[in-house]
Amino acid sequence: MQQSIALGEPVAGVLGRRRLLFWFAVAALFALLPAAFRQSFALSMLSQMGIAIIFALSYNMLLGQTGLLSFGHAVYFGLGAFFTAHAINWVGAGRIWFPITFMPLIGGLAGLFFGLLFGFVTTRRAGTPFAMISLGIAEMVAASALMFTAFFGGEGGIATNRTAGGALLGVDYGPQIQVYYLIAGWCLVCTIAMFALTQTPLGRMANAVRDNPERAMFVGYNPTRVRWLMLSLSAGFAGVAGGLSAINYEIVTAETLGVMASGSVVLMAFIGGIGHFWGPVVGAILVTFLQSALSTYTQAWLLYFGLFFLVIIMFSPGGIANLITMHKPAWQTGLFRRLIPSYVLAAATGAVMMTGFVALIEMIYHYEAKEASTRAFGILGLRLDPETLGSWLLTLALLAAGVALFWWASRFVRRAWDTVTPELQARGAV
Amino acid sequence: MSNAALTLKDVHKSFGRTAIISGVSLEIGRGERHAIIGPNGAGKSTLFNLISGRFPVSSGRIELKGEDITNLEPHVINRKGLSRSFQITNIFPRLSVYENVRCAVLWAAGSRYSFWQRIGALGAVRQRADEIVEQIGMTKRRHKLASVLTYAEQRALEIGITIAGGAEVILLDEPTAGMSRSETDDAVELIRKVTQDKTLVMVEHDMSVVFNLADRISVLVYGEVIASGPPEEIRSNKAVQEAYLGTEQH
Repeated sequence: MQQSIALGEPVAGVLGRRRLLFWFAVAALFALLPAAFRQSFALSMLSQMGIAIIFALSYNMLLGQTGLLSFGHAVYFGLGAFFTAHAINWVGAGRIWFPITFMPLIGGLAGLFFGLLFGFVTTRRAGTPFAMISLGIAEMVAASALMFTAFFGGEGGIATNRTAGGALLGVDYGPQIQVYYLIAGWCLVCTIAMFALTQTPLGRMANAVRDNPERAMFVGYNPTRVRWLMLSLSAGFAGVAGGLSAINYEIVTAETLGVMASGSVVLMAFIGGIGHFWGPVVGAILVTFLQSALSTYTQAWLLYFGLFFLVIIMFSPGGIANLITMHKPAWQTGLFRRLIPSYVLAAATGAVMMTGFVALIEMIYHYEAKEASTRAFGILGLRLDPETLGSWLLTLALLAAGVALFWWASRFVRRAWDTVTPELQARGAV
Repeated sequence: MSNAALTLKDVHKSFGRTAIISGVSLEIGRGERHAIIGPNGAGKSTLFNLISGRFPVSSGRIELKGEDITNLEPHVINRKGLSRSFQITNIFPRLSVYENVRCAVLWAAGSRYSFWQRIGALGAVRQRADEIVEQIGMTKRRHKLASVLTYAEQRALEIGITIAGGAEVILLDEPTAGMSRSETDDAVELIRKVTQDKTLVMVEHDMSVVFNLADRISVLVYGEVIASGPPEEIRSNKAVQEAYLGTEQH
């Protein structure tokens, strides 16, 4: 069940043959994705996901790897974005020459600089004091953003034009597809770099400091220094992500470095799973998808999103990555087959419960809607109208039946695990 | 004088108005195995915490190989060649046995805060870590998470972490506490093996372990050393028998 060992063991090389093959596969996937999703909506979502992946992975360098819960990581993302936007504008004004392709480096350097600066103060403490100080810095920077309008552009933010640099080898970053490939390339490079970092002395000592900062001192390491370096490097990667977002949206506002944005990356990391290197990638993809896809279907999407987070934290504190890795021994021994029937049952009854639940929320939400004509709505072929008693009864019946069925099905899941677990133990798979 | 590994000069420690250590002076020679015994609450662990830099002293001076280390930070003292274990097991629970040991090897191997080297490619680090893991008899358990080990295994790992950095002065705080007879015997053998050619200072309650391992013994009672000498001398010392041995050995 312990997922953290997966971070770097057994000691496989970052660029060993199998690993290299894996990175090539990821690169190929990134290259082919736009062919599968041709709509502009999908392409801009993929771009967002790439940015979110870098940001969430950089955040997990703090939370998962060093044990630092930060509520202000967007500060480095946002500052990286602002510096990049200004740099692009300088290029546009002809004051400097710098290829747009490498512009995220400016964001990265800005992030690194402010990471070193703020981190020097914040990493003197770990635990709750660190979390509180990070929140304080986030508020401070957000307040500064509204005060110093020359740099941050006040309410309107800083607009920029990514095509300002002109075309280089036929690439001018006008079309979104070019920006997507820029983001994908940086995402791959940053992911490899962050993974490689977990395999270095500093990366391993970050884990040690997370586990037991005092013991780290007695083997010669200064935990404050380890935290500071990890935060600075992590801020650098966040800055790269910020730089990419400046190029992608061509506008950077104070919201980019606000507390909301900082909260969002915490959710990504937790939903994906902080105990595993790949967890935040899953979280970033899922959260970005929910944010853009769910919001087109229902206006109550934030409510669903919040509930989703709640369910994950309550039932799988290790996030989705942990849900996956906990099945690994069963999968390897072939015992997974025994779990399937109960999972199918749970999925089916869970779907009924979810439908009832969604119906109830939408009923309430549509009842609040201003115009009576928009109140009725459809869900899975069911026509519901909050004005009629029948619809309410139907919804409640659906939900009650769903809960009862799911509760009944969950017992089968538990029983299936109860038979599988001793066998896994007997075979030494756990 | 220059032959002393560790020297304490009139060391005092008070918490608020409570004096825990009241004027301890000790000289521990190089290569010596020195046991510190005394009843509960005598200040043995506090003394270790002062030497290793966990707590600052109230007054007095501590020297490591003739160099003043008083009130330095623990990691600085460790880098100068003093390493300690803890009475309550103090390991990295979510790292494997091997990784626990490797973390303790890194600084001494000169890796410092490197984020440009791949740890798996550091041959000297790997070799040393393998060596330690073998010495503590955990080669077969090397990939187990430290948190799932048995108590005796965790204690052995604790010793492994302590010696991994190659420090010349080793402080062990009750290394056999809570162990069965046979586990204790194994632990004594392990300690004897890994502290060869090193200076060992240990706090220990088990008198058989003390008389088995120690070249010299100091008796700490109420924050003061009431006797210090070879085992036979301590055994026959009247004051010691009254204060400590007499009550414990019956």
